[in-house]
This record gives sequence, structure tokens and C-alpha cells, in this order.
Amino acid sequence: MRAKFLIPLGIFMVLVGFLAAGLRLKPSEVPSPLVGKPAPAFTLPTLSDPNKSFSPADFRGRVWLLNVWASWCVACKEEHPVLMDLARQNKVTIVGLDYKDQRDAALTFLQRGGDPYRFSVVDESGRVGIDYGVYGVPETFLIDREGVIRYKHIGPVTPKVLEEKILPLVAALGQQ
Amino acid sequence: MIAEIGHFALILALCASFIQGVIPLIGAQRGRSDWIALARPTCQTSFVLVGISFAALTWCFYVNDFSVAYVAGHSNTQLPIMYRLSAVWGGHEGSLLLWVFMLVSWAFSVAQLSKTLDSAMVARVLAVLGLITFGLLLFVLFTSNPFNRLFPVPAEGRDLNPLLQDPGLIFHPPMLYMGYVGLSVAFAFAIAALIAGQLDAAWARWSRPWTTVAWAFLTFGIALGSWWAYYELGWGGWWFWDPVENASFVPWLIATALIHSLAMTEKRGSFKSWTVLLAIAGFSMSLLGTFLVRSGVLTSVHAFATDPTRGIFILLLFSIVVGTSLTLFAWRASQVKSIGHFEIVSRESFILMGNVFLVVAAGSVLLGTLYPLLIDALSLGKISVGPPYFNAVFVPLMTPVALLMAFTPLMRWKQDRLPEAVLRIKWAGVTAGLAAVIMPLLMGQWTPLVALGCFLAVWVGGSVVIQVAGRLRSGFPPISYWGMQFAHFGIAVFMIGVTMVGGFQEEKDVRMDIGDSVTVGGHQLVFKNLASVRGPNYMAARGTFEMRREGRVLRELYPEKRNYFSSSMPMTEAGIDIGLTRDIYVSLGEPLEGSAWAVRVYYKPFVDWIWGGCVLMGLGGFFAIADRRYRTAKVKRHSLVLGSKAAA
Repeated sequence: MRAKFLIPLGIFMVLVGFLAAGLRLKPSEVPSPLVGKPAPAFTLPTLSDPNKSFSPADFRGRVWLLNVWASWCVACKEEHPVLMDLARQNKVTIVGLDYKDQRDAALTFLQRGGDPYRFSVVDESGRVGIDYGVYGVPETFLIDREGVIRYKHIGPVTPKVLEEKILPLVAALGQQ
Repeated sequence: MIAEIGHFALILALCASFIQGVIPLIGAQRGRSDWIALARPTCQTSFVLVGISFAALTWCFYVNDFSVAYVAGHSNTQLPIMYRLSAVWGGHEGSLLLWVFMLVSWAFSVAQLSKTLDSAMVARVLAVLGLITFGLLLFVLFTSNPFNRLFPVPAEGRDLNPLLQDPGLIFHPPMLYMGYVGLSVAFAFAIAALIAGQLDAAWARWSRPWTTVAWAFLTFGIALGSWWAYYELGWGGWWFWDPVENASFVPWLIATALIHSLAMTEKRGSFKSWTVLLAIAGFSMSLLGTFLVRSGVLTSVHAFATDPTRGIFILLLFSIVVGTSLTLFAWRASQVKSIGHFEIVSRESFILMGNVFLVVAAGSVLLGTLYPLLIDALSLGKISVGPPYFNAVFVPLMTPVALLMAFTPLMRWKQDRLPEAVLRIKWAGVTAGLAAVIMPLLMGQWTPLVALGCFLAVWVGGSVVIQVAGRLRSGFPPISYWGMQFAHFGIAVFMIGVTMVGGFQEEKDVRMDIGDSVTVGGHQLVFKNLASVRGPNYMAARGTFEMRREGRVLRELYPEKRNYFSSSMPMTEAGIDIGLTRDIYVSLGEPLEGSAWAVRVYYKPFVDWIWGGCVLMGLGGFFAIADRRYRTAKVKRHSLVLGSKAAA
């Protein structure tokens, strides 16, 4: 066997080594640039009373969840019972961001399924959603005492995500 | 119930492919004709079983069976029927099933169309394909089963990613996979030949049509993807050097080199081990592409939802397949002797040079694609490599390829004299030189890069004209003759497109209110009005733009910004006026205050020549396999056909 015919195999083995190393790295963590950054500021009217408004600065000093939802969103209906459960446990405050929705429809949605939120704010134009990089409804952001986003979940929050990711983080952040 | 049938058929296919992969291979080594005879029936069985499974998944989409998790995740009752069916390959699990289905279809075709081949050889080829099928089916069943059920059953599905709701995307993945996976046949032939120790002209002749067809499909697939990106992403670009695009382009470059190298091995008996290595590399790159797309090691707009176990599994599969092949190569290829002596100035050596450039180009694209990963793996930080790198590397590498491809077909085998060869192509050279001066000036401005592009395009096209003119003197040639001519002429057309778009496109990003107008490429566009329209599963803002030239109204364009109910990511549908020498392209950016919008207006000269060129190339591939020799060629060396008789 002449050595030159082993060259392709050698190159290939180096390549596989790098690919295997690459598997343990997480490039997908890069494109979620909001985690670790201050939550974008906004001031929006609340759903129940348009004359009242809320901005994230009001919640300085607390750990809270911002849950993006809408009455037209099917997956939100799936997520809703999980959030209701979480609200009953009283472990963390949930604020809703009612995204590109109509007020009447949103209120009906909460009447039927229950309201897990401390309150919801209305993002009718979707502007705040853009600032938060909302890709699909529902999405959930965990925001710490300093107003920094600590975790972002895309899609419905499941009991598993809650147990494994969100609640441990809430507990850790709450103790600091 | 239907989903369970599909699942069960997959498990049976796994068993069938295992038998297909093992028994005939051992049989061929030991000369047991009864074991060899198992190759065809097991291959046909795998094909039918995977086909049933694929049909079952399609059915689940058709009837909106949201109890199947994959269906619930990628479809919706409001989704129009054609997208519901194409949603079958709209996600990781289903597209992988499509991959396997393509693989068994290729294997099935080999089984059906190889009656004239030596039965031991066919058994080995089908066995290699069977083993690959087995590996992929394991992958599907253990990490990516599309038939998993979901409880409780949701009332409504999550809908197909709106980006994929487009006619171009119905055909793009199947075409691409046909090409990608088709390279497995050339691979299987190469491995079979290595195992048997029979690397000869017959092996090259058998592999050639399969490789060419796979290459043609790959060409169409890549072109469709590029065309889709052009009109659907709303940026007017046609190639982004995205990792996933590169993952399909690298196999294409290797396959292009392979086609030429195979031709040489068949006709002259030279470059045998090089050809085998290319055949292995081509399919390896397909597998690598699959790994890159589905493991999440690179970020890309195309990347599927990722899962570390999938990455490990497919890396393992990749390592086993390619590692075994290259070990076999190292062991066997060193015993192969290439025959056919040739001089430095000869068609052989020029094809070899072209081959080397293509392979180096493939290597550079691969390096650029993997570079971020390498840097990250060496803990040197996170970086991304963009178009500047690829353009800087790719243009200098493709220039000699274009120079060679016009020259080589006019050269003699074995030995030629450079002055004589130059004389044969002189008219192409003169015309190309003139074109390099005149064409850029006609378009408005002379720049070196545009001149180079025009020179190369006319040089390649001119060479085709010289060859065809010479050939026509001795009567109208058979269809297969046109294969190479079409493909090479396609390259010329493609280069015109790339050069003109690169050199003379105009892009304007402007704020437009109703009544405003903007002029681009000699055309005036007036924003007439904005309406809200409702589609089956989306709401859209649709702008009406009047296109005028020298005061005369030509037509109206209707770009849209769509908001799909299932996703908050707005989708852009560009309004394009397609013309032979230019596209006028309007797309809506973001709404600004009042009725004003950020609007992107582009003038794209000769842009459609890019895809036109690709279509010519792909057609060339199909013409090339019309060669009668592929159908009537009897294998003289081996007259033992007992095995295939028994199989039939």
C-alpha cells in the first residue's frame, strides 16, 4: 500500500474530529442576542383598562415573565392551562403581551380560559414584538431584577420547560 | 391507523434493506448465485415498503391527522391543499423520509435497468445502496420518526413555515434530493468496483449515465433554490453563500469533476483511482451536507430544528460510510494501474487540470463553510465567513476552468500541439476579445471584472459554436452529442447573467408614499395605491405599482407583504417584471408612518440568464444519457448472467 492513498483518509479523519467537536458547541445560542441584554423598554396600555399603562421599568427589583400571546393564536390555547397552573402556584409574576390582537377578542379569550396574568398590555401594532424579536406567538421571556432578559422560550411553554428551565432559573434569580 | 401502517412499513424496510446489504455482498464474494439473486427482490421490497410509508405520511397530511406530531407541527386546516402535500417534506423528519425514498428509488432504478450488467456487480452495487438505506432508516426510526403520535390531539396544526409556502419550494427539495442522493449510485458503483478489484472501462461506462442524471437533477435543484431565494426573500439576491447552499454546491462541483473524469476513465482508461476518489467524495459531501443541515453545528436560514442525538447519529453514519470507503480506497486503489499514456499538451491533461481546479474550488467552498466551526472548535471565538471570502476565492479559481473548458474539447487525445490547438479556437478568442471591449461599453461602463466575465462567456460560447459548426459538416449528430454542447453553452449563458447583474444592477431602497415615483434602470415606477387582501391563511398588504418607460405605461406590479396567521414573521412577495435582458423588481420593506412604505426597487440586467444557463446545463445532462451505447452495451468481459436470470 502506497502512502499517498492514505491521504484522503487522513484528511477525512481530521474533518470528523472537528465536526465532532463542533457538535458540542452551540452556534444556535448566538442568534438569540436578547438573552443577557436589558429588556427593550416600552410603555403600553393595559388590556383591562386602556387608561393605565405599564413599562418594564415599573418591575425593577422583581423577577417576572413576559408572555407574548394573542387570541388568534392556536398554540396559546394549548399553553394556557400551563400558565394558569403556574399562576396558581404564585411563584412568579406573569405579564401578558397581547400581540396584534383585538381588545374584545382578547378579553373574551381570557374570560373563557381564565386569566393567568397579573395584567396584560396591548401591542396592537406589533412594534414591541419587533423590538423583542418575536418570531412566533407564543413566546416567553424571563426578566430579572435588573431588567435583564435571562431566558427566552419560543413556542408554547410546556410543564417540562417550566420544571427544567424556567422555575429553577426563577428560584436562582430570586435568591440573588 | 394509517400512521401505524407507515411506521410498520418503515420497520419492515429496515429489515429488507439489511438483507439487501449483507447477503448479496457475501454471495458475490463467495460466488453463491442464489445469494447474489437476493439483491434485486430485496431491493424492490425496500422500495415498495418505503413507498408505502411515504404514501402513509402524505395521507396523514391530506386528511389533517393532527394526532401525528409531525403533521400537527407542519400543517394547518387552512393551508391550501398543494402546500399541505408539499409540507410532507417541510420539516426534518419528513424531508429525511423523502431522502430515504429517493435513495430506494435510485436503487430500484438500478435494479430494473441493469439487466445487461454482470450479476455479481449488480449484487454488490445494490448491497452498498442497501447498507446506506439501512443506516438512514435506523436514523429515521430512532431519532426522527415522522409517525410519532401526539396526545392530546390538538384541534389545529401549527402551520407550515410561511417561507416554505411557495410553488418553488414544492419542487426544490425533491429535485435537490434526487441529485444529492443520486450521487449514491456512482458511489455504490465505485465501492462495488473496489471490492471486486475491477476498476475498468466497463465500470466507468456503467457509472456514467447515473452520475450524469444525478448531476442534472442537482443542477435543477440548486437553480430552483436560487430562483426561490431571489423572488421570495425579497432582497433580489440569487446566491448568498449560505452554509446550506454551499452544502449542495460542494457536491455539485465534485460531481462536475466526476462526470469529466469518468468520461476519461471510460474512453482512455486513465485516472482510475482519481475517478474512484471523486465518486466517493461526491456522495460523502452529500452526507456531510445532510449532517451540517440537520445537526445544528452551523447556523443558517435553512437549518432544521436541531437535536444533539441526531447530530451524533448522523456524524457516526457519515464516519462509518466515508471512513470505510476511504480505507477500502487506500487498500485497493494502490493496486490499480492506470493505462493510457498521454503528453502534457493533450486533452487528457487539460481535463485533469480542469478537474483539479474544480476540486480545489469545492475544497475552498467547504473550508469557508466550515471555517466558523473550526475557529469555534479551536476556541478562537465565533466568526462568520461571508460572500467577500467566497467571491475572492471563487472567481480566480473559476477563470481557469472557463478558459480550459473552451479549449479542451477542441484538443486531441494523447498528444496535441499547442499552436495548432490555438489556431482551431482563434475565432472564439477574437470574438471574445471584441466582446470584452464592446459589451461593457454597451451596458454603460467598462470595468475590468465585467470585461473578464464577458470575455469568458463569449470564449466558452464561441468554442461551442466552433465545435457544432465543425460537427454539422458531417451530418446532424445524435442527441447525446448535444449534451456537452448544451451544458457548456449553459455555462456561457450563466456567466453573462452573473457578470451583468454583478456589474450593472441598480438597487434603490426608498421611502415611498402613494403617488411617489422612482426611476431605476430607465424605468419609472409609480406607487399607485395600497390595498389589504386576504389569502387562504394570511392577510397581505398589496401595493400597486405602475411601471412606465419613457412616459408609456407598460404594466402594473403587485408586491405583497404577507402576515400569516400562524407566524408573526411577515413574508415578502416581490412584484417582478421578467424580461429577456432585465428584471424590474419591486418589494415592500416595512411600513413607515401613514401610508408610506420602505420600498426596494431593483433593476437586474440579464438576471434570468443565470437560471436559463442552469436549465441548459441540466438539459445537457439529460441529452448526454441518450447515448445508445448505454442501452445496448453488452458486457463482454463477463458472460455469466445466471444470477440475473434467477432474480427475474
